Amino acid sequence: MKKALSLLLVSILVIGLLAGCAEKYSEDVSFRVGFVTDTGGIDDKSFNQGTWEGVQKYAEENKWKEGRQYKYIQSNEEADYIPNLSAFGDDNYNIVIAAGFLFGDSMTEVAPQYPDTNFTIIDMVVAQPNVASVVFAEEQGSFLVGVAAARATKTKKVGFIGGVDFDLIRKFHAGFAAGVHSVDPTIEVIDQYAGDFGNPGLGQQIASTMYDQGVDVIYHAAGGTGNGAINEAKGRRENGEDVWVIGVDKDQYEDGKMADGKSAVLTSMMKRVDVAAYNMIQAAKDGKFPGGEIIALTLADDGVGIPEENPNLDKAVVKEIEDYKKKIVAGEIKVPATMDELADFIK
Amino acid sequence: MIDFLRNEKNHKFVVPLLSVLFGFLAGAIIMIITGINPLEGYRALVKGVVGNPRKFGEWFVASSPLIFTGLSVAFGFRTGLFNIGAEGQLIVGSFAAVVVGIFVDVPAYIHLPLVLMSAAVAGALWGFVPGFLKAKYKVHEVVVTIMMNYSALHLINYAIKALPGSTKTRSVDILPSASLSSEFLSNITNHSRLHWGFLIAVLGAIVFWFIIERTTFGYELRSVGFNPTASEYAGMKVNRNIILSMMISGAFAGLAGAMISVGTFDYARVIASAEGYGFDGIAVALLGNNSGFAIIISGMLFGALKAGSSAMALASVPKEIGHIIMAFIVLFAAMNYGIKRFLARLGKEEK
Repeated sequence: MKKALSLLLVSILVIGLLAGCAEKYSEDVSFRVGFVTDTGGIDDKSFNQGTWEGVQKYAEENKWKEGRQYKYIQSNEEADYIPNLSAFGDDNYNIVIAAGFLFGDSMTEVAPQYPDTNFTIIDMVVAQPNVASVVFAEEQGSFLVGVAAARATKTKKVGFIGGVDFDLIRKFHAGFAAGVHSVDPTIEVIDQYAGDFGNPGLGQQIASTMYDQGVDVIYHAAGGTGNGAINEAKGRRENGEDVWVIGVDKDQYEDGKMADGKSAVLTSMMKRVDVAAYNMIQAAKDGKFPGGEIIALTLADDGVGIPEENPNLDKAVVKEIEDYKKKIVAGEIKVPATMDELADFIK
Repeated sequence: MIDFLRNEKNHKFVVPLLSVLFGFLAGAIIMIITGINPLEGYRALVKGVVGNPRKFGEWFVASSPLIFTGLSVAFGFRTGLFNIGAEGQLIVGSFAAVVVGIFVDVPAYIHLPLVLMSAAVAGALWGFVPGFLKAKYKVHEVVVTIMMNYSALHLINYAIKALPGSTKTRSVDILPSASLSSEFLSNITNHSRLHWGFLIAVLGAIVFWFIIERTTFGYELRSVGFNPTASEYAGMKVNRNIILSMMISGAFAGLAGAMISVGTFDYARVIASAEGYGFDGIAVALLGNNSGFAIIISGMLFGALKAGSSAMALASVPKEIGHIIMAFIVLFAAMNYGIKRFLARLGKEEK
């Protein structure tokens, strides 16, 4: 027993040594990037993961090594936000990125204590001279997937699942409903808010109820909770039902893949948080960091939109979406971002 | 040395110390298996707790609610009740503190005690329900408290949103006179969130010790915990004591909530799920042997693991390692009988 154990330990050590040999990374640590997740975690298949991918992309291009030039800290609970942001500040990181409006208060508090560190917050505006705030026109992207949903539905009923009911998610909701309405005003949009971004079980249950009510396309803006909706759609499609789900934040086509290689994800409303993270790192590196500014990413900047590849959409629908996109970019259609604006829009 | 370890009188503190030691050793083994140097991991943990004044302050911030939930659970244990409901009592306590903090406008020396008292009362009321159901209808408190946790979570989330000025995620800030935070403490710890709550937690431990060990009332509560039938025969009001124990236990948890809402944050937050302070409290109580002063120490230890987790993450140690260490410590603390047996046998083989 003892022999086996020591053998195991030795072999672990040896493997560790071998793994340590390969060295192809940059040694330069004069510029370091820190990323703090919210409570959703780094692998939420959505917001945090997307932002982190942007950091990783930049790191790969510059031969950075995780743990040396770039690093992330996960937050277990809200009380961790300030310590986690400060941890990077204490360590003199050059740029610290946090995704999510939940970081608003903590960023406002932490940023002034580290005037030499550049902070970036996504989805929220923090008025501090060393914080760049990146926001998106989610309603515009949601409008486009609304068009796709309206073209895909046969039951004339589509669904929207929101994570938590607040203004940001209402932007998705309003844009989506407006998009559906523009194609066919008789289509009914059913909505439900889960109250949680991290509960796939609940998402699946809501999706199941909606499909049972005759909804055949669901758009989710619910992070991890929405993964449950994707699962439900996948299961039903595998059983021969003609239902779809629309992904959010990232291209979620892969997440909806079924046994036959096709996907239950009709299309996705992409929010290029990765681009935002990438650009901010680049700007900080070049000494052009837009501290104190608000950067708004819209359809015109390709900050939001649908994926380039949409195997589940007809060419005609893609063409129609392109036309709507042009109209929105040109300002011919003003997409509603709140429920009040949506009510006006529908009138 | 061996005699010292074998002496049962010393077991009271030797056993928890060994549990902690074993917990860290087990954590080190996990780190080695996952390819992390445990020395670096633990160095990061220590640095993350005492590395600079701010981290030192954050350590106390993380510890105060844990000490209170530890006291809450321990009070239940001492009186024969298993209060899983600290989480829910904490949530209502934190909300009550914020409500009084926002709407009552009086000078700080009245306001702050009032805020804390309302948190304790709210927690006590939330503890009253399971206590009453247990005393009156013999409904097991574990079942009721678990359900009460969910009721508290969703009810309070709703109530926070209903407060004037609240957004969908938080209430407005409390009045400065209701806040436990202190410019002075924050300044000497380099802008940490250190607040007066820590002193109150120590005070709570003293109150705990006093009630349990030094009053007839506490003696009765303990006696009911040991043997309700015998206590009743001896003329004690068993039902009343069960209800009172649950209420006091709830009051401690309610104060834990005040530590968070008027200490760490200064506003009430809508949370998606329970944050685990109540469950961590079970661990704190177990390790602290359910005694007031040891709970301060075990609360500080778990607080350190919490506060140090961001520094450990910076040293590329996953936050889960911290949880695993906590779990191991609890496991070994729960195995205290085995450790005692092991200690008693020490040295015997040599003879």
